[in-house]
Amino acid sequence: MFIINCPYCGERDQTEFTCHGEAHIARPDNPSEISDEEWGKYLFFRENPKGTHFERWTHDHGCRRWFNVMRDTVTDQIIKTYKMGEAKPVISNE
Amino acid sequence: MSNQNRTIYGGKVNREKPINFVFNGKSYIGYQGDTLASALLANDVHLIGRSFKYHRARGILTAGSEEPNAIVQLGLGARTEPNIRATEVELYEGLEASSQNCWPSVNFDIGAMNNFLSRIFPAGFYYKTFKWPPSMWLFYEHFIRKAAGLGQSPTAKNPDRYEQKFYYTDITIVGGGISGLLAALGAGRSGCKVLLIDENPELGGYLLDYNFSINEKDGKKWLKKIIDELNGLANVVILKRTTAMGYYDYNYLTALEKVTNHHVEFSSTLPRERYWRIRSKKVILAQGAFERPLVFADNDRPGIMMASAGQKYLSRYGVLPGKSVVLFTNNDHAYLTAFEFVEKGAKVTVVDTRDLLNARISEKCKSLNITVFKSYSVIKTYGDKKVNRIEIQQVDKNQNQLTGEVENIHTDCVLMSGGWNPAVQLFSQSRGKLKYDLKINTFVPDKIIENQKIIGSNNGQFNLQENLNESFEAGIAAANELNFNSVEKVNWTGKEEIEFTHSDVEPYMLGKKKVTKGSKHFIDFQNDVTAADIFLAQREGYISVEHTKRYTTTGMGTDQGKTSNVNALALMSHIHNKPVDEIGHTTFRPPYAPQTIGAIAGRSVDKLFDPERKTSMHEWHVENKAVFEDVGQWKRPYYFPQNKEDIHQAVKRECLAVRNSLGILDASTLGKIDLQGPDAAKFLNMIYTNAWSKLEIGSCRYGLMCNEHGMIFDDGVTSRLGENHYHMTTTTGGAARVMSWLEEFLQTEWLDMKVFCTSVTEQWAVLSISGPNSREFLKDLTNIDLSKENFPFMKFREGEVCGVKARVFRISFTGELSYEVNVPARYGRYVWEKFMEHGKKYNITPYGTETMHVLRAEKGFIIVGQDTDGSVTPSDMNMDWIVSKKKEDFLGKRSFTRPDTARHDRKKFVGLLVNDKKTILPEGSHIVEKALKQPPMKMLGHVTSSYYSPTLGYPIALAMLKDGFSKMGEQVVVPLMNGKIIEATVTDTIFYDKEGKRNNE
Repeated sequence: MFIINCPYCGERDQTEFTCHGEAHIARPDNPSEISDEEWGKYLFFRENPKGTHFERWTHDHGCRRWFNVMRDTVTDQIIKTYKMGEAKPVISNE
Repeated sequence: MSNQNRTIYGGKVNREKPINFVFNGKSYIGYQGDTLASALLANDVHLIGRSFKYHRARGILTAGSEEPNAIVQLGLGARTEPNIRATEVELYEGLEASSQNCWPSVNFDIGAMNNFLSRIFPAGFYYKTFKWPPSMWLFYEHFIRKAAGLGQSPTAKNPDRYEQKFYYTDITIVGGGISGLLAALGAGRSGCKVLLIDENPELGGYLLDYNFSINEKDGKKWLKKIIDELNGLANVVILKRTTAMGYYDYNYLTALEKVTNHHVEFSSTLPRERYWRIRSKKVILAQGAFERPLVFADNDRPGIMMASAGQKYLSRYGVLPGKSVVLFTNNDHAYLTAFEFVEKGAKVTVVDTRDLLNARISEKCKSLNITVFKSYSVIKTYGDKKVNRIEIQQVDKNQNQLTGEVENIHTDCVLMSGGWNPAVQLFSQSRGKLKYDLKINTFVPDKIIENQKIIGSNNGQFNLQENLNESFEAGIAAANELNFNSVEKVNWTGKEEIEFTHSDVEPYMLGKKKVTKGSKHFIDFQNDVTAADIFLAQREGYISVEHTKRYTTTGMGTDQGKTSNVNALALMSHIHNKPVDEIGHTTFRPPYAPQTIGAIAGRSVDKLFDPERKTSMHEWHVENKAVFEDVGQWKRPYYFPQNKEDIHQAVKRECLAVRNSLGILDASTLGKIDLQGPDAAKFLNMIYTNAWSKLEIGSCRYGLMCNEHGMIFDDGVTSRLGENHYHMTTTTGGAARVMSWLEEFLQTEWLDMKVFCTSVTEQWAVLSISGPNSREFLKDLTNIDLSKENFPFMKFREGEVCGVKARVFRISFTGELSYEVNVPARYGRYVWEKFMEHGKKYNITPYGTETMHVLRAEKGFIIVGQDTDGSVTPSDMNMDWIVSKKKEDFLGKRSFTRPDTARHDRKKFVGLLVNDKKTILPEGSHIVEKALKQPPMKMLGHVTSSYYSPTLGYPIALAMLKDGFSKMGEQVVVPLMNGKIIEATVTDTIFYDKEGKRNNE
């Protein structure tokens, strides 16, 4: 079970959090103008990588804030947590 | 005669304190400090139970938590526990235990017939035999489950209390043997917070049972000093009788502490067990190792045990398990046990698989009159309920076969030692990688993943001298890595009479020779898996280690193969002629040992399992005999029966009261969210399908919420309280979901929107009054002008009701003239009682959720989650009227034009009236194209809501029907489970007051 560093509260136990899947999937600005295929991509398609993954979490039993987590899906190590709106961290090649 | 196997002196049991206990109905006496296993052996009881599959006689194999055979049913009644290892049960006065898996008794067991039929029960027998026909499995399963299995679960509710403890520490050390103790000392002296866990009642581990010296002085005294120092350190917490069960990510461990279950008297103040949830900056694993059995024909008879177990019974409990003992070994260290047994008066013969023997050992054997058969193997054993004779034969290791004459030895106890396997279970759970060490012939830790150290024999290091100093230094280093100051190193010189030598793994003592008919070479004792089963699995293609495990069930018992796994892998390696490393190993998973579910649940049982939510009027409902229904966590009145009414009579009376005069509903559970901010209207425009920009202050509007797939997921009325202030209501069950939904979009998509959402569900008590007399009734209790002109339908007003500040919403879920009176929650019951009193002249009638459902169905109002199921759009529900055509965007809008959601032949929301005017269709019934004698039938839809309408005098139903809007007036058929076929007419969904005049009054 993880220890997650909430950007607002600090390190807390995973039981206080909920994961909400892949991060950085922006809602299209102009849904009415895009094709069904593009809309379908926004709705249904996710990366599911082996390795570095960016995902959304909420601190439900804490500050109730949403934030992003950069996690390695192989080692389960959390590389970074950061606030919504902050730029997506670059994956180093190490 | 009692305690006939007890030695005259020796052991650490308290011979002044006899303890009475009962096994299989017979009374015995043991001593304080005994385990159930040692006390049974002392009383010459060797037959403990029957095995899982063949019902073979089984005794005591080990003296610890790895025990596969001696598992018993412990305790009686509601406290009885199955599959308890007799080797771990501390004896207490009045203990009662019995054998498992035998009938009518352990001595005469009918199921033992399976042993003679074993040729028809090989591995995979059940898979192969009970495969066909598929429909028969449920029938077979009943008998198979009955025949298999071990102990019995209690049938009564457990009366005990279990506790949970959340614990945070710098270093957790698992294992209180010499390595763990010294690591704890090193870390403890450095000043960091240490938690030391050990599963035994006494610290010291392996060294408690063997003689050793430290700096050439008695090691036991030194050990006591170490433990005393640890006990004196305030920063070191020691948990005895505590088993580390699970090792999860980020050094999260769970451990089960036996608090009172080694007493017969259960405490009223202490829990039975305490479940520790431990977060640790660093973990040091020092769990030691398990001795490995040897695999030979009929190696499972009572009286055959591990050499280390024999040592423990003798030295710790003063029990001599046999007088004419054979030690069967492949290593030097086990000779220590032979010497110990001779010293305590047993006659010992050694059978050693090796041809060379250390000269010092050879000499000592000579001096003690121990016959040693070198290069020999035990090939078969005899004895019905206890071993009484063995056969041995010479081993030609080069040829991998047996040669020469078979010799007989009469014996009453066989001690075996096949080397040692580190207890890598927790290490492996923490995702540490193992490697096969060819030098010591077993799996040892290789790559560590967590912030962890693994030391001592747990790490494959069996030399005492090296363990002493390395373990102490590991403790210091761990503290150091956590920035605690270093303490001085110590140099101890530790010695055992015989040093550990490493042994070959001896998977299968018969080599190429055929298995003797009628005998079995057990690999996994608990699950009755033999060498022949492993061979069979390989022949039948279950070659991968995971397949072999599942096909043969080796390592799948309650002991999780602690004694069997490495032998099974070694045998596979032997069969395939491949190194064990290439065979690999199966995955270890928590828990390390069986554990009670009660401990995992802790206090979260009964009413504490899931919170109950009650409104501020709840007690009034209880006093007035409401029948309750659970809606999410809420307790809501279902109906209020009077004078022995049944539900139908009560609901009929309640419905008619609302339609004809005045009803009152506790609607406090409705989700309520307070929205404030300059962008609130803009936000609502995105959340709801309809338009909100023009809603005036003081007005209410119904809204539908869709998810991005265009599917309805909640609905409710939202009112504008002020310029930038809205009051949103949601369904009772959907309140939390909607709140999260709003927050998700505000926090992740529209970060620039200035809106604040606050849940106010529990801040307001809601009294919904409904019926043609509600205005007349409320008028006397409020300063709000209720006239139709000043307070029309879908408006909101503030004022006082019964002297309490109130928000009153003129909205209606019944179709009648209605007011939803919101008062601060603490005034809920006060106002409710005032209403009841004042309402007498209108025959005010409290009603519950069932009446609410009937009344809304008469009006065709949907209930999200009952009439919708997450797969319907507003258009499917005939609610296009609430979907804005002008708004460019809102959540879900884009999905309405996807080909599938835009399809015309989707299921649509319609009404159904049964032609016989009396059958109430069961909710969930299917509407079919043509009723046939039996399924399959082509289905057109299903009934979502169905009631008898007291107002109309006949049943009404709502349904989802394929292409339903173009089927108005048509006939459909609904086959029922009882074989009847009901005909119905498709109608629109509003059955009563189609023009909506009544709520506009």
